[in-house]
Amino acid sequence: MSQNFRLEKEGLINRSKKISFKFNGKSFFGYEGDTLASALIANGVHLVGRSFKYHRPRGFFGAGVDDPYALVQLIRNNESIPNVKATEQELFEGLEAKSVNCWPNVNFDIGGINNFLRIFLPAGFYYKTFMWPKSFWYKIYEPFIRKAAGFGVVSHEPDKERYEHKYEYCDLLITGSGPSGIASAYSAAKNGAKVILAEDKPRFGGSLLTSDVNIGNESGKEWADKIITELKSMPNVVVKNRAQVFGYYDHNMLVMSERLTEHLPKSDKFTPKQKLWYIRAKEVVISSGSIERPLVFGNNDTPGVLLSSAAKEYMKVYGVLVGKKPIIFTNNDSAYETAIEFKKNGIDPVVLDSRKELSSDLINEAKNLNIKIKFEHVVVNANGYRKVKSADIAKISDDKTAIGKVEKIECDCICVSGFWTPTIHLASQSGGKTKFSKEIDAFLPDKSKQNETTVGSANGIFNLQDTLNNSFEVGYNLSNKITKKENKQSTPTVVEKKSSKHDKFWCVPLPEGKKYKRFLDFQNDVSVSDIEIALKEGYRSIEHVKRYTTLGMATDQGKTSNLNGLQLVSNIENKVVPEVGHTTFRPPYTPVSIGAIVGREIGKHSKPLRKSPMHSWHENNNAVFVDAGLWLRPRYYKRGNENLFDASKREAMNVRKNVGVCDVTTLGKIDVKGPDAAEFLNRVYTNAWLKLPVGKARYGVMLREDGIVMDDGTTTRVSENHYHMTTTTAQAANVLSHLEYYLQIVWPELNVNVVSTTEQWAGAAIAGPKSRDLLQKLFPDLDCSNEGLPFMGFVETKLFGVYARIFRISFSGELAYEVNVESNNGNFMWEKIIEIGEEYKIQPYGTEALSTLRIEMGHVAGSELDGRTTPYDNSLEGLLSKKKDFIGKRSLQKEAFIASKREKIVGVVPLDKKTSIPEGSYIVRDANSKLPIPKLGHVSASCWSVEYDNPFSLAIIKDGKNMIGQKLFALSPLKNKSIPVEIVSSHYVDPKGERVRS
Amino acid sequence: MLYIKCPYCGIRAQTEFAYGGDATVKRPELNKEITDKEWDEFVYLRKSLRGKHLEFWHHISGCRQWFKVQRDTTTHEIFKTLKPHEEL
Ligand SMILES: [Zn+2]
Repeated sequence: MSQNFRLEKEGLINRSKKISFKFNGKSFFGYEGDTLASALIANGVHLVGRSFKYHRPRGFFGAGVDDPYALVQLIRNNESIPNVKATEQELFEGLEAKSVNCWPNVNFDIGGINNFLRIFLPAGFYYKTFMWPKSFWYKIYEPFIRKAAGFGVVSHEPDKERYEHKYEYCDLLITGSGPSGIASAYSAAKNGAKVILAEDKPRFGGSLLTSDVNIGNESGKEWADKIITELKSMPNVVVKNRAQVFGYYDHNMLVMSERLTEHLPKSDKFTPKQKLWYIRAKEVVISSGSIERPLVFGNNDTPGVLLSSAAKEYMKVYGVLVGKKPIIFTNNDSAYETAIEFKKNGIDPVVLDSRKELSSDLINEAKNLNIKIKFEHVVVNANGYRKVKSADIAKISDDKTAIGKVEKIECDCICVSGFWTPTIHLASQSGGKTKFSKEIDAFLPDKSKQNETTVGSANGIFNLQDTLNNSFEVGYNLSNKITKKENKQSTPTVVEKKSSKHDKFWCVPLPEGKKYKRFLDFQNDVSVSDIEIALKEGYRSIEHVKRYTTLGMATDQGKTSNLNGLQLVSNIENKVVPEVGHTTFRPPYTPVSIGAIVGREIGKHSKPLRKSPMHSWHENNNAVFVDAGLWLRPRYYKRGNENLFDASKREAMNVRKNVGVCDVTTLGKIDVKGPDAAEFLNRVYTNAWLKLPVGKARYGVMLREDGIVMDDGTTTRVSENHYHMTTTTAQAANVLSHLEYYLQIVWPELNVNVVSTTEQWAGAAIAGPKSRDLLQKLFPDLDCSNEGLPFMGFVETKLFGVYARIFRISFSGELAYEVNVESNNGNFMWEKIIEIGEEYKIQPYGTEALSTLRIEMGHVAGSELDGRTTPYDNSLEGLLSKKKDFIGKRSLQKEAFIASKREKIVGVVPLDKKTSIPEGSYIVRDANSKLPIPKLGHVSASCWSVEYDNPFSLAIIKDGKNMIGQKLFALSPLKNKSIPVEIVSSHYVDPKGERVRS
Repeated sequence: MLYIKCPYCGIRAQTEFAYGGDATVKRPELNKEITDKEWDEFVYLRKSLRGKHLEFWHHISGCRQWFKVQRDTTTHEIFKTLKPHEEL
């Protein structure tokens, strides 16, 4: 298709490079430098989608971030991306896009029927209508609404793109490269400050790209290009285009999303699609400019109605005409620039100005160009369904409440200008106050809360000379505060046209007998009558009106609708706008893709991975791994066709019969050193520690101050003032913080230091009746007899020349030893144990067998020490010292903790000796009693007892001590099981603990 | 994200720290007879202040020192940071 609306020369696009693309299956072409929107308009395409609620035809309303509804589904590099703004998407070769929000297609949309039924879809419609009957919601309303409404379609495929995060620090962050941003960046950079200048568009310059001004001897654009080039060459300046600063967070932290490859057909493998910058700035200069306000009249959402600034941008940047018979409808001077631009390109516009005839530089220039101007005239209604065909216009009375005779004039676009709204989102997000300016009928930043300064039109300064004067000064002053330098730049002189005052008028009254929809919020289809209904129904707070009508919600965040909505509420309520207040501005200013927020922290990179020094041995020996916190631990070592059950049973049986070896490197290890170490342990643990001799280990339990068990483990006295503490894998980090808290804050008088040594030691547990024989072979010079190395004994020795520590401790309930060597010798130790253990039929065992062994022995672990149980509940009362005080001791006197029917740990065996009891099952007295069945407790851990060859579980149940021998039920509603069980002692195997001492 | 000045290391990002609770709470001395009420107040009862709050933070990914921070709970403004045994 030919580009009927493309100008010959005008614009910043590259006409020598054609780019072909597809929209809704149809092929078009545009030029390098186009956006999807400008290329479509060049081809005369104005219908891009359907609106959210009424499915009304949607075109282009802006030329960038301001556009509320030109959303498309983009197909790029075989990925389908929803809700891409056509006004921001740069054209690339082979681009494909589709309309959203329409079904079956954009020209014939079944949801458009909502438009004709709109009397049934007033404000609060979703709240009122679909609430009753409730069952209809799921079956009828919801599926219908989903099909007919909603924005684009999210892909179900994983996102193949790469996203990155970057942290940056600077003196000044400047958010926007319009005249105010460029001036303050230049002034600060020249004064030695470290500056980041961020521009969300591909081109720098902001309003200088489209306005007809001179700075010094150059055009505004030439000046901008020159300064940007110089800034880019300075080592203390980072200049970024396609970068949106979208959020202002605490302590001057701002987040910026940089789009690196979305303007290209595809990203190369290592270039991220987007980069999220976390910028900590000493000072922030907000130079985000302003957005033109719409004027409100009948059917003002018809495609072809758009902001006059956008029409000008399409001409001056993209060389595209939005129409050939334009009406310019304005209440201020700035739209005359658009009219003049049309005229210069050979198009005759008609200007309707709501003001009484007046003169200014711009109006006079338009008059001299013979542009037709109708003062005191307004557009009453836009005619046309898929595109504007004509406008009903009329004279408006002095007080703006009455209109004269309506006259129809033909047109193909209506460019509106209702003056300018400063973009104060970032200033407000920072926590700063806002104030209403009657001068410009909009909110401005007031007192700032963080280190931010707003400049240029974002601060309500619309005159370029004033903007530059102020911005140069701000840039200098802020940088001077930081760098203490005094290199001041002189502000260039500007040649610009003087404007006359704007008219406060913004909403055209309805002609008698007409009920035209007059839209305020184009993204959410909120009209004047919706706000009227909300107020009639008693909503007063602007925050409530917003939520009831959806005004200013969703991705648009009220960029074009906010102020007109407030004006309307204040008119109806007979208040002034500042009394009505405005809704809260929240980040993000523009939508951010989830991928960018997640960054590289996906899949295996979502958390750090910890591996023991023996990891590769496990891998080479068919270990199946399981996550244990950040660690990967072997769950079992697969042989042949074994499953988890078979393998763990084999491994556990081998420990009971012969000897097994388990990697226990992951246990938390903390060195406790200092003259007061024994006293400290005595306060931290519930049992006594003062008399533990050197060369001995002791099992200990620590509580939180509320009396709940925090962790358990063994601690060994290595030398006089040196203890080696072990913690569970899961609690290692918490225990260290806990110890540090008490040492640094509560008992600073104790001379003790603690440090984590978890990663300094590799650990192997050797367990089973043949473990002593194996140990003796590993350490031929050591006396490994029961007398030489008794239960809970500790020695330091050498393993074939390598320093080693041996602890005679047991988690499995068998005769067992734990050998530690320095981490880099871990693999050597492991291989020696396996090699020498062969004659004793050694097998490695994983966490599943480890669990089985501890469960049938009745040793508590994480599933019992679950942050809800006391020492009594876990039958650990034998470890509570009566003589000394310790952390949490005072809480143990609590009535609830000493109640006679308090929970207690027990063993559970199914009566049929076959059915495994699911973990988490409830223990109940009678499985058939009336619901809800009173719960006695829950099953905390289950295994297949290798000693007795039947299922065995641990449970924590009420009055457990007196329940032993009773026949109860284990209920698992999740697994739909009801299992008759008998309660037994939790020490199912070797209740006297003879094996560990043998 | 807050910017917190560790009294030992200097200004660092919030991600390096862990919050540690009310810094005005004093643990009762060991072996001291106290009432249930006093103990419960120490273990459970905390004021949920609006405004200036003195709290502990732990430089968990840094020097591993605990220290005090005076912070406004509504605005996140940090007025002062102190070593554990320094007073305001
Ligand atoms: Zn520190």
